Amino acid sequence: MQIATVVGTVVATKKHAALEGAKLLLVQPQTPEGEARGPVLLTIDSVGAGVGELVLVVIEGKAAGDALGRRGAPVDAAIIGIIDRVDDTMFVDPATTVDAA
Amino acid sequence: MQVARVVGTVVCAHKDERLSGVTLLVIQPLAKDGTPFGRTLVACDAAGAGVGEEVFFVRGAEASFPFAPRIVPTDASIVGIVDSVYT
Repeated sequence: MQIATVVGTVVATKKHAALEGAKLLLVQPQTPEGEARGPVLLTIDSVGAGVGELVLVVIEGKAAGDALGRRGAPVDAAIIGIIDRVDDTMFVDPATTVDAA
Repeated sequence: MQVARVVGTVVCAHKDERLSGVTLLVIQPLAKDGTPFGRTLVACDAAGAGVGEEVFFVRGAEASFPFAPRIVPTDASIVGIVDSVYT
């Protein structure tokens, strides 16, 4: 799962039938320290998040389908929680971190 | 599976109800020599780990298996605490 900030909403009238009624939000993944990281993702919202909120995002097909409550729905990312706070973070020096892939 | 270090905790009051009671931990994957490797992520804890501990975790659909028969919507779960690594 990734920590992310909700940065926008998406409206789509024409979409796959399994996505009917789903709320689509754009999120920007970030580090626990708050630095933006990687591209903006389109997610399904199952908890009622809003723009500006810090959320927990699953980036995996089965988990996203489970969050939506529809098995086999064509989704690969979903918001599953609204984060109150991130605690006890041990500092990880970006200079010593090797970026995989 | 991958070895990682637990570097933090996440507090989430409003979340998918199937996640209630599940501990959420921030983990930093590690390279062979124990240095940070790749991005930090949030994982569900199925092993009783705490901040500072070295653990191993599973990614993907299999991450919900430790919580069966509950269907927990997660893409990463901690499934063990590392005692030692020999390379």
